[in-house]
Amino acid sequence: MELFEADPRARLERSLAVSTAEEELEWVPARRASLWGDALRRLIRNRLAMFGLAVILFFSFLAAFAPVIAPHDYAEQFWDHIAEYPSAEFPLGTDLNGRDMLSRMIYGARVSMTVGLVAQFIVVLIGVPIGAIAGYYGGKIDTAIMRFVDIMYAFPTLLFVILIMTMLGKGLFNIFIAIGLVGWVTLSRLVRAQVLSLREKEFVKAARTMGASSGRIIIRHLLPNALTPIIVAVTFGIPQAIFTEAALSFIGVGINPPTPSWGQMVGEYQQYIRSYWHMSLFPALAIGLLMLAFTFFGDGLRDALDPRMNE
Amino acid sequence: MPEQEFRPHPLTPIPPPADVLLSVRNLKKYFKVGGGFLKKPAVVKAVDGVSFDVLRGETFGLVGESGCGKSTLAQTVIRLYEPDEGQVIFDGHDITHLPEGRLRPLRRGMQMIFQDPYSSLNPRMTVGSIVAEPLEIFGVGDRAEREVRVKELLRVVGLNAYFVNRYPHEFSGGQRQRIGIARALALRPKLVICDEPVSALDVSIQAQVLNLLKDLQAEFNLTYLFIAHNLAVVAYISDRVGVMYLGKLVEVGPTLTIMNNPRHPYTLALLSAVAVPDRRYKKQRIILQGDVPSPINPPTGCRFHTRCPIARPECSEVEPQLREIDRDHLVACHYAEAAPVELKRRGD
Amino acid sequence: MLRYVLGRVLMIPPTLLAMSLIIFIVMHNTPGSPLQPEGANPLSPEDLKNLAAAWGLDRPLHEQYINFLVKAVQLDFGYSYSYRTSQVTEIISRTFPVSLHLGTMALLFAVVVGMTLGILAAINQNGPVDYFCTFTAMLGVATPNFVLAVVLIIVFVMLLPVIPRTGGWDQPVDWILPTITLGLGPMAIIARYTRSSMVDVIRSDYVRTARAKGLAERRVILVHVLKNALIPPVTILGPLFAAVGTGSPFVELIFRVPGMGRFFVQSLLARDYPMIMAVFLLFGAFVVIMNLVVDLVYGFLDPRIRYD
Repeated sequence: MELFEADPRARLERSLAVSTAEEELEWVPARRASLWGDALRRLIRNRLAMFGLAVILFFSFLAAFAPVIAPHDYAEQFWDHIAEYPSAEFPLGTDLNGRDMLSRMIYGARVSMTVGLVAQFIVVLIGVPIGAIAGYYGGKIDTAIMRFVDIMYAFPTLLFVILIMTMLGKGLFNIFIAIGLVGWVTLSRLVRAQVLSLREKEFVKAARTMGASSGRIIIRHLLPNALTPIIVAVTFGIPQAIFTEAALSFIGVGINPPTPSWGQMVGEYQQYIRSYWHMSLFPALAIGLLMLAFTFFGDGLRDALDPRMNE
Repeated sequence: MPEQEFRPHPLTPIPPPADVLLSVRNLKKYFKVGGGFLKKPAVVKAVDGVSFDVLRGETFGLVGESGCGKSTLAQTVIRLYEPDEGQVIFDGHDITHLPEGRLRPLRRGMQMIFQDPYSSLNPRMTVGSIVAEPLEIFGVGDRAEREVRVKELLRVVGLNAYFVNRYPHEFSGGQRQRIGIARALALRPKLVICDEPVSALDVSIQAQVLNLLKDLQAEFNLTYLFIAHNLAVVAYISDRVGVMYLGKLVEVGPTLTIMNNPRHPYTLALLSAVAVPDRRYKKQRIILQGDVPSPINPPTGCRFHTRCPIARPECSEVEPQLREIDRDHLVACHYAEAAPVELKRRGD
Repeated sequence: MLRYVLGRVLMIPPTLLAMSLIIFIVMHNTPGSPLQPEGANPLSPEDLKNLAAAWGLDRPLHEQYINFLVKAVQLDFGYSYSYRTSQVTEIISRTFPVSLHLGTMALLFAVVVGMTLGILAAINQNGPVDYFCTFTAMLGVATPNFVLAVVLIIVFVMLLPVIPRTGGWDQPVDWILPTITLGLGPMAIIARYTRSSMVDVIRSDYVRTARAKGLAERRVILVHVLKNALIPPVTILGPLFAAVGTGSPFVELIFRVPGMGRFFVQSLLARDYPMIMAVFLLFGAFVVIMNLVVDLVYGFLDPRIRYD
């Protein structure tokens, strides 16, 4: 028998098993499945994350309405009530300067919350564009940026932030800058990795064949698909920023007194812990609680946005 | 298939006449791989000197196994990669090294359909925005006009216009490919490069999408460069076929000629592997020995000689060039004339 | 493989050089001067000039930097500005071993306890043990170490008199609280990593095959599982070294441990340039080398990794 006997078209059509039925009933679900809606639902169901959110909201409330809520001014000194333990009049006691601990704690929330959010905002502002550019353009730009990032990586971050703070001087604003200048490194690495993996995806190639500009590709195609890890990283970066500020103030290079900062309170009073435990315990607990809340929330957010992580 | 004096193969001069929409001459694309500190990178010769023409209105099929370089070829032609050597002439313009600014207006005429329906659509964009994006980029019409156009395109590819606000993940593979096709057609291109558009689909859906493509070609006067690894699929839709192996074309010709009278041993082997669900049909399988060699270190002489059942000593020394063995039928083999008979003889 | 190691090792000096340059620039742009530490008695202009000359601070900046480099390569970092009679290298050689001691103990604690918790949690997935371990891990990750220090002191020194005093370094009992404080964070991270890696391995096909084969006991499977699951946590040891090193200043301050971290913070405040430089470079080199060692160990443990 010949190798090819039948009409090739007919033979090949048979091999394709072409179905003669033209229309296939394609069914698409009636309800619109929104990507964010699913994630939100999963998040709400996570109790730890909701607990974290509650704590965050609580402290935000304290921070926002501090002047109204705090019973006393945070700098006001009550000379006849120096270093008192918690009492009815001063629910959290007073410190060595006779200042009301409760009021100082409430105002301290302001510092911590602000630092957490603003510092991370700066981190995003610097880290995302740098990471995106390095990842997208590749080549020499990428190598140059990554070398720089590697060097920054070798620095112990906290110590470097301390160094910058000694350079800039104390103050809230300087803290934002210091944390931002050091913290963008991890985020840029993350963004770069995402961009690198997304760059070869077919929808990005499709955009290029359509003549889309680089800017359009980065903003409309790459970044929206890289959002999930960015959001998660930022959410975890907030407690880190809070910790950094607390650490800075602990050593004495952070906040300008008399503005209260929880870290500064712990730092100043930890040496008296045997006699005046309340002065260092409350701020320490507050720091821990706020960081914990952000961590729980961040965990929940990550699980909600990435269903594969659920077990 | 158009009947005319011009014979589309590499022996004709440049610039080609007007009926040639795409002309590829001696195209080469290499990739550097795995270099490190103190170590030179290896070079993958993905496309190593490919030449062919595509006439207006026809479908030119490109077939070959995985790794032969056909996808790279497609992406190089559409300038996703920049060619290392050779020329690409589209609609009379030499776009080989054209800077992006000058290339952009030409991109309107040349679009691509991709292989993986699950990653060729941006998961964060609605179907409507996906299809409308080419129109947005080139500033076609205002928002309302674009919306109308998008719905019309969806209808043309067989999807309900109601789907504009849905997200890609809500659709099946076949539907997503249709969305991709709608997107490719948005700018009314002249040439559509189809990079394995049905390889990731179920067989019955493959047939639907292929038929859709054929209908669209007739309706919009399109020219296709159709790439696949399945010879049956390529033959079904193509007017002319080119067979690729390890970065080079080994046989080119009209579909019927290639199917009825293949000359290259590789083509013969490919054809023998096509499954035919007919018990009466007995065929001889030509089974190739060995694996595909690495494109980093292609064999000397004829690249196929390591697996060729009829290889002779000179096949490993001299590389065969594409030569015309019949009218419009080109083969790159020293023993093309005797190949079919030889293979059959050895099979018995 | 050798090429890879060589490449990495060769990258160290340039990295350190770049670090030193950055620190130098930052330091010399810092307001305040080592000649006038805060709170000390002000010196007369005459004395200021002499001191500046003695410390070479009156030379142009680039000359200072070159001088520093030349001496640094010979490991001579000069005399500390704060402790005028002591050489920087001497101070460091006195305090660094202490910090290293604490850091090593903390890391050992973290690895041993962390891996155990992680393994237990993974075996008992979604059970009570798992929840307990995961929760502890989360607490460890989220709580800053000085907060932890305060809490631990209050609980274990004041409320339950388990530990006699709040600080010091002479007796082994002094080592307990600082180690736990410093090691809890890394322990939590290791525990989480170990758990997730164990879960991945337990779910993998070759373990299912082992079970299907009816392998005698879970113990035998654990041998299969453990060997593979413990590899990924090793990879994070590198960054953890850095974290431990970074966290030590606070722990050392609170527990009055005579380590390098404590001196470092003081030298920062006092603008003690030689100390600052030396400590940063030491940290930097340490981190980079540890990262390389960890990468190599990882490559050794996991036969799939090939550096070439």
